[in-house]
Amino acid sequence: MERVKQRFVISNIFRNQLFIPIAALLIIFIFNLIADPTFFKITLGYNNAGNPLLNGYLITILDYGSELAILAIGMTLVTAASGGQDISVGAAIAIAGSVILRVLCGSNSRSEELQAPIIVAFLIACVVAALFGAFNGVLVAVFKIQPMVATLILYTAGRSIAAWINNNELPIVNDVRFTYFGGLIPGIPIPVPFFIAAICVAIIFLILKFTTLGLYTQAVGINERAAKLNGLNPVVIKILTFVILGLCVAVCGLIKTSRLSTINYSVIAKDIEMDAILAVALGGNALGGGKFNMWASILGAYVIQALTTTLYKFNVKSNALPAYKAVVVIILVVASAPIVREKAQEIVKKIKSGKMEKEVA
Amino acid sequence: MKGIDKVFPGVRALQNVDFRLCEGEIHALMGENGAGKSTLIKVLTGVYVKDGGQIFLKDHEGEVHIKSPQDAQNLGISTVYQEITLCPNLSVAENMFIGRTKGATLNWSQMNKATSEILQSLDIPATATMQLSNCSIAVQQMIAIARAVDMECKVLILDEPTSSLDDNEVAKLFKLMRDLKAKGVGIIFVTHFLDQVYEVCDKITVLRDGQLVGEYEIENLPRLELVSKMLGKEMDDLSEIKENSGESTAVKDEVPVVEVEGLHSNTGIKPFDFYINKGEVNGFTGLLGSGRSECVRAIFGADRVVGGTVKVNGKEVKIKAPIDAMKNGIGYLPEDRKVDGIIGDLSVRENILLAAQVLKGFFKPYKRSEQYKLAQEYIRMLSIKTASEDTPIRSLSGGNQQKVILARWLLTHPEYLILDEPTRGIDIGTKVDIQKLVLKLASEGMSVTFISSETDEMLRTCSRLIVMRDLNKVGELSGDDLNQTKIMSTIAGGDK
Amino acid sequence: MEQKKSLKTILKNMSDTNLLLVITIVVFVLMYAFAMLFLGKGFLKPQTFCNILNENAALIILSCGMSLVMITGGIDISVGGVTALVCMSCAVFIDYKGGSIIGSVGIALLIGLLYGLFQGYLVAYLEIQPFIVSLAGMFFARGMTTIVNTEPFNVANEAFVALKDTRVSIPGVGSVNKNGDFINAYVEIGVVVALIIVILMFVFLRWTQIGRNFYAVGGNKQSALMLGINVKRTKFIAHLICSVLAGIGGYVYFLHVGSGSASHASGAEMNAIASSIIGGTMLTGGVGNIIGTFFGVLSLSTIKNIVASAGFDQAWWTGITVAVMLCIFLVIQSVVLARKSK
Repeated sequence: MERVKQRFVISNIFRNQLFIPIAALLIIFIFNLIADPTFFKITLGYNNAGNPLLNGYLITILDYGSELAILAIGMTLVTAASGGQDISVGAAIAIAGSVILRVLCGSNSRSEELQAPIIVAFLIACVVAALFGAFNGVLVAVFKIQPMVATLILYTAGRSIAAWINNNELPIVNDVRFTYFGGLIPGIPIPVPFFIAAICVAIIFLILKFTTLGLYTQAVGINERAAKLNGLNPVVIKILTFVILGLCVAVCGLIKTSRLSTINYSVIAKDIEMDAILAVALGGNALGGGKFNMWASILGAYVIQALTTTLYKFNVKSNALPAYKAVVVIILVVASAPIVREKAQEIVKKIKSGKMEKEVA
Repeated sequence: MKGIDKVFPGVRALQNVDFRLCEGEIHALMGENGAGKSTLIKVLTGVYVKDGGQIFLKDHEGEVHIKSPQDAQNLGISTVYQEITLCPNLSVAENMFIGRTKGATLNWSQMNKATSEILQSLDIPATATMQLSNCSIAVQQMIAIARAVDMECKVLILDEPTSSLDDNEVAKLFKLMRDLKAKGVGIIFVTHFLDQVYEVCDKITVLRDGQLVGEYEIENLPRLELVSKMLGKEMDDLSEIKENSGESTAVKDEVPVVEVEGLHSNTGIKPFDFYINKGEVNGFTGLLGSGRSECVRAIFGADRVVGGTVKVNGKEVKIKAPIDAMKNGIGYLPEDRKVDGIIGDLSVRENILLAAQVLKGFFKPYKRSEQYKLAQEYIRMLSIKTASEDTPIRSLSGGNQQKVILARWLLTHPEYLILDEPTRGIDIGTKVDIQKLVLKLASEGMSVTFISSETDEMLRTCSRLIVMRDLNKVGELSGDDLNQTKIMSTIAGGDK
Repeated sequence: MEQKKSLKTILKNMSDTNLLLVITIVVFVLMYAFAMLFLGKGFLKPQTFCNILNENAALIILSCGMSLVMITGGIDISVGGVTALVCMSCAVFIDYKGGSIIGSVGIALLIGLLYGLFQGYLVAYLEIQPFIVSLAGMFFARGMTTIVNTEPFNVANEAFVALKDTRVSIPGVGSVNKNGDFINAYVEIGVVVALIIVILMFVFLRWTQIGRNFYAVGGNKQSALMLGINVKRTKFIAHLICSVLAGIGGYVYFLHVGSGSASHASGAEMNAIASSIIGGTMLTGGVGNIIGTFFGVLSLSTIKNIVASAGFDQAWWTGITVAVMLCIFLVIQSVVLARKSK
């Protein structure tokens, strides 16, 4: 059987899933280019501690976008397998951050020394976040509750739990090494979160390449019944995706608490779930589950950050940001609705046949 | 209905079909699966819009246009479907009247009273205020019919109404139908049950492969002729296969490959025994809903097994989920490939590899080069028509999709392969290919269970048939007993 | 033996809606009785009960709307955001633009109406998942609240403040205060509005065709279609009413707090959903009861009061309590659903 060679047609570019986030990024960059090219300026400066540091809006995008990218990895898998989204990630990050601070500070919120190695704190946070992820996974996979509704529970209770972990105190970590994770390693001017994201991306790349996780999650998301009849266990796979998201949450928790060396329970990772869902959607992935493209989601995360940063540059208040993002979500979601696509195709057909008729006449 | 056409992507469901229904007539609509019966009904009831042809109704000048269920209802065409189309969370009275009360408000006492009257007159064991889901399926069915009856319909369509009814309930239904007939209602009765057709109908229309075979008076059409009209003349094409099926290719071993005792699942099938030898081809036969698929699904672990034992090659095994069956060398091609078989958005290659990959393990994915090699091998072997290995499987035609699922299971090299309706909705050529393949596999030592609604196919390939009726195994036929008459009489049972 | 059997059959033959309603009312009565017995004097005063109504009038209205949408099988998490937007917009209108009270009511209704039309269209006719549409709606509303006015502030307009402080006395009910005077228990205007809405919605769901269509669509969408119901229009109307009620509830909230702020009604949508679920509205649709929702709101508030009285008065504990109650009732719902498939 001969393989039909794919012709290099312009339409193929449009059909590639990566097109959407790339196009969105280009639109944002062109907008900034026209409005104020200083957006693209990068300068080398020094921070308070005398360490070299790159400055500029682009660097900010890389810095904060990396948190989103890590979250997008887990969110993509959860969306693919369960056809829904996890809106508790913000609250879960609060919990993870709280756990890290608790382990590092012990019961004394102003301790001078670390009570435990940072790596231990991080691993414990991973375990806790994974457990909460499993909790969500069980609600979704075993009790068959819609993911957005199931994660409502942790969304409601999560920040309270985070505060309770530290008895509602705000511990501060005084060890400078802790600041590396959300900030800079002396001598390297690129923000560390970017490197952490790179590591996470590499890990997920290896996992997708050397295990069947990609195939299994897609199969379960597209047709759970058929997947079962092929020997798969959808319950295990769905719970696994939530656990992976939990691990991503733990990493984000580390980065975020490291930035401030402390935590603010109601503010930390506020509204980040919206951004994470947007990243997945902007990456062209179906929010109803099924096939996914991980790289598109990761790119989508940076695009969302680019949007946020652009809005900040134009002095949009942080409280008002959600309104703009909501508009973007609506546009995306309406454009990808099957009914809208059908109507669009019909209109295109009419135009084409209208054109042909004109040519014939 | 004249010259009705209906086209779906890739399939010509109805081609130039004529259908006539007279006042006060009970008219059976028959045909095998895929013949187009339900499509024709859905065109008449406004669920589908026809692509060609005309519909005429008495007392209506010219053509009528039926574009929605509401249109059909307004014209006096009522339908009762096999799947209960009522709302389980509403009360019986509500289900009777919802969607057709005039005015914005409800009068509960009126509704309840009217409903009680209807229920009593039709002898239905339910009360107006009960929640529908608290009634048995049979009663729900009767309520659905009562609703249609109450709507003073001129045309009543009953789509497989008797599948879940017992004899008493069927008798009640027939009395009801005769009462309606006397009132001048035209009834279209779609069913698989031959006995019932002969008991209550006046005329029969037979469809096959989307085309009209003919309309007959019931007295002029004896059963055998009816069956042959439904199945058509394919028997001649495949006579050479018929010769081979006489000798069983089974190896007369001491130990059967799979042996099952008292197995039953949460689907309600009664405990059954089953065995199959190495290299043997057997089958399950019976009417739709008799439990054929449920039996093999229980063997494969697709449904929750409630009791019984399964032995593979003499050793008892616990099959709690499909993966257990797969690990014991069993494969299962499901009856409904769209719902249970294909993973639509994934490519042909991924669909072929899935089951084998699951067996191989989570940490051992097939290398890409190996994936393409295997996919190409099976595409060639089964002559699967696809643009490439990467085409999403949903773009393939039904027959080719089926071949992909078949390839999937062949790739796992099972000892025992279960094929549930492998030839449904497939063109003749492919049907023949699959049957030939089954015999070839058997001769190479694989055990196969072949289930088909077309008993002809099973007669051509199986050396033993297990007969099911009403979720019960009622017989096992082999040798000389393998003929249509004996099958039908075993299915029909006793002194009917 | 005879008595046991008949109770069992009664329970078995009850509709899901009624069964869940009974559970809700029983739970509430038990909780309130517990509070009265063990937490003492505060709970024995009728004013405490009236205060629960006063605090939650807006929530009652929001929950009614939410229940409506949930019965059709959908969900709307923008109601809290809409409430905040209504508060801020009306506050700005009255104090900064010198608008009238009637005008501000009009604004509230307009906001609710626009939301309902937009979200309803997207969900019903474009068939987009209600969660994502209302999530965007919520974010848009919260963002717009800040855009309308960056700082929170109290409304100073005298006419408004007078309206806000109006007390509706309940004749014959009250308690004796420290001086020995009998003080009538009172409720705010918002409570009267809320009770009217509850009655209206109850009548709507029980005695109108459209109301029953909600149940049909939520119970089995496919069947509803085959039975001749216009499913799209039914869903559209459900979302429309929910958002309009959010507008009304927003105004009631505004009457209660008398200010505009971006952090108003934070978490209100979750409370509305929780109240509905506790009140016996099933997430999966087709089952629900306005009376149950009303009791659901009361139950939620009672348990928060109990938790606070018992000494856990940190704001954080409410979050956990709501979550736990949600969990419990979701499990009860799964059990009720499961007995169905027998």
